Amino acid sequence: MTGYLLRRAGQMVLTLFLIITLTFFLVQAQPGDYATFYALNPDLPAEVRSQIKESFGLDKPLWQQYLIHMKNTFTGNFGVSFGHFPRPVIEVLAERIPRTAVLFLTATASSFYIGFFLGKAIAWRRGGFLEYAATISGATLFTAFTPAFALVMIWIFAFKLGWFPVGKFLDPLVWRGADVTANHVFSYMLLTAAAFIAFAFLGMLVFRRMARVGPVSMATLLVMAAALAVPVAWAFSGIGHLALDILRHMVLPIVTLTLISFAGTMLLTRNSMLETMREDYVMAARAKGLPENLVRDRHAARNALLPVVTSLVYSLIFAIDGSVIIESVFSWPGTGLTLLEAVRSEDLPLVMGSMVFIGLFSLLAHVIVDVLYVYLDPRIRYR
Amino acid sequence: MIGPQPNHPTDAGGSSAHSGPPDIDLGRGRFQIIVARARLALRTVRDGWSIFLESRIGLLSLATILVFALMAVAHPILMATVWDADVYDPVTGYSFGEAYHPAAPSWRHLLGTDPLGRDVLSQLLSSTRSEFVLGITAALVTVGIATTVGAVAAYYGGLVDALFMRLADLIIALPGISLLIVLSALFRLNLFYLALIIGILGGFGGTAIILKSQALSIRVKPYIEAARTAGGGHFHIIWVHLIPNLLPLSLLYMMFTVTGAIFAEAVLSFLGLLDLRMSWGIMIHTANTGGYLLGGAKYWWLVIPAGASITLLCSAFYLVGRALDEVVNPRLRRQHD
Repeated sequence: MTGYLLRRAGQMVLTLFLIITLTFFLVQAQPGDYATFYALNPDLPAEVRSQIKESFGLDKPLWQQYLIHMKNTFTGNFGVSFGHFPRPVIEVLAERIPRTAVLFLTATASSFYIGFFLGKAIAWRRGGFLEYAATISGATLFTAFTPAFALVMIWIFAFKLGWFPVGKFLDPLVWRGADVTANHVFSYMLLTAAAFIAFAFLGMLVFRRMARVGPVSMATLLVMAAALAVPVAWAFSGIGHLALDILRHMVLPIVTLTLISFAGTMLLTRNSMLETMREDYVMAARAKGLPENLVRDRHAARNALLPVVTSLVYSLIFAIDGSVIIESVFSWPGTGLTLLEAVRSEDLPLVMGSMVFIGLFSLLAHVIVDVLYVYLDPRIRYR
Repeated sequence: MIGPQPNHPTDAGGSSAHSGPPDIDLGRGRFQIIVARARLALRTVRDGWSIFLESRIGLLSLATILVFALMAVAHPILMATVWDADVYDPVTGYSFGEAYHPAAPSWRHLLGTDPLGRDVLSQLLSSTRSEFVLGITAALVTVGIATTVGAVAAYYGGLVDALFMRLADLIIALPGISLLIVLSALFRLNLFYLALIIGILGGFGGTAIILKSQALSIRVKPYIEAARTAGGGHFHIIWVHLIPNLLPLSLLYMMFTVTGAIFAEAVLSFLGLLDLRMSWGIMIHTANTGGYLLGGAKYWWLVIPAGASITLLCSAFYLVGRALDEVVNPRLRRQHD
């Protein structure tokens, strides 16, 4: 198992290497010269220009430039952004990556859960009304024109109903007079979320086999207690209202991204379930007289999960692309919007930097899926 | 079974050896083989079609695609007969008859005009054609590459296989829309280049892997063995025995590629990154940059026709693909008890 994971990790590093190479040569292949972009940019003072020229080796031959670029990328030196002038690219990205990560991870997790749950249900009751409704609405949402759908969501929930803000990351009116930065608050929110998930996971692990207290298990009680404790702790922290403001801005993009991406998982789970349901072990489980939902969840769905997880890679890429679109429509300042703004203003260092990080995102997603697969499929674990 | 059954020995190709001396007329034999093969293909298509007919969603989607195809055909005809080019041209037209633009739908402009005074219906119809051109070009390129790569990789295995599959892994790992956004910053992308890039990315990417795994299961079938024993060369086996059996699955993935291509074009046009004359994405982009989108239902004709067309055509191709999936993959079919 370790060998398998190590081999996959090696492939990932190679892929990252190729992505960086690809972006470098794409930029080189475009009409016009990368070096003159720097030289002609009026925003840059002369000394910065010569410094950049030196650190990127822009007067050297191409292969040397490539090697320097590789070294710079792996040491985190992506140059200075044109658009955000004195700030280096890496600093701009460091501010925005957590925002994309939260949007993307939350939406992917919830869409996977919803998709798997629905897919399981519609495969089990083949031909019912639920199947038609779920297939048609799922396929419509899946193929819906994402920007238009996002705008419709904004129009309904932000404009007409006024439940959520129209877009952006925070409301300046709330933040006026606050003595902390948005990133400060946001990183604390991330820490809280991570701690909560870890706590809930450990609680589940420890109390899984413990006795039940009335109708609920100990683990559920523990998670519920933690879920109550978190808002209380934030309310006394003094920055609770700021966190709430960010949270309010987060809801609509996450819901939209979830809605557009759950259908892929749902339809795939349905197909995979239909194949699994014909297996002998499902019939054996039925013959043993197990209750229907146990046959469905423990015997059929558990095995139907494997191909779904394999193709999770595709849905993750779909969600990464989707988050670029969602970010641009909701003006959510993450890596996707950064990429788009950089492309529009021809801020090439930032374009290359964001592309490398978006590639890195998808590679990390790959690794996570691989680990998950090893965990789920004992045939790989014990090989 | 339906379909003509050979009841005469000379009907089936290659059985002429029974009648008379072994006087092999190669030209005639080849012709008979072609006829027999065509008949077999026809029967497969007919069987598949009867399975496809059972899927109501698939039929409805096919009808939707046909309606869009009619729309694409209608535009040049309307431009030539009823519509005056000065007023109704999708890009350069201007309606002098309306006091304000965007004008609400009227008899003169069935879907109103856009903020620049152009007829929305004409834009909608003329875009349909380019969406079809884009989708079908991209799908053909994808499937052409993917079928060849899949068959070759599965047939030869070894280094060729490893090389193509690592390349496919790399392409899968790239987020397509993000990559296209980067490309549009560096180069001027028109419809043809866009279709080509989408086709190449799809062809060497995920589709190649899926077709390769199918080709692997075909490669171990007895008839491949038989063809090899009979002295068939590599090229002959790949071309005559492997690829034709991949075609149903290729057709299926063509449908999914069309969806992807139309979607990618619409997103990039919406973001204002493409070098096109007119498309559904550009129509929404025009409405969006003019600030008409948050007017909501008031300016519905600027957004809903184009947005609904993108969604409808994409989901129609997608659902036809899913219905074809049930034809190609017997395990998905509903059992007839």
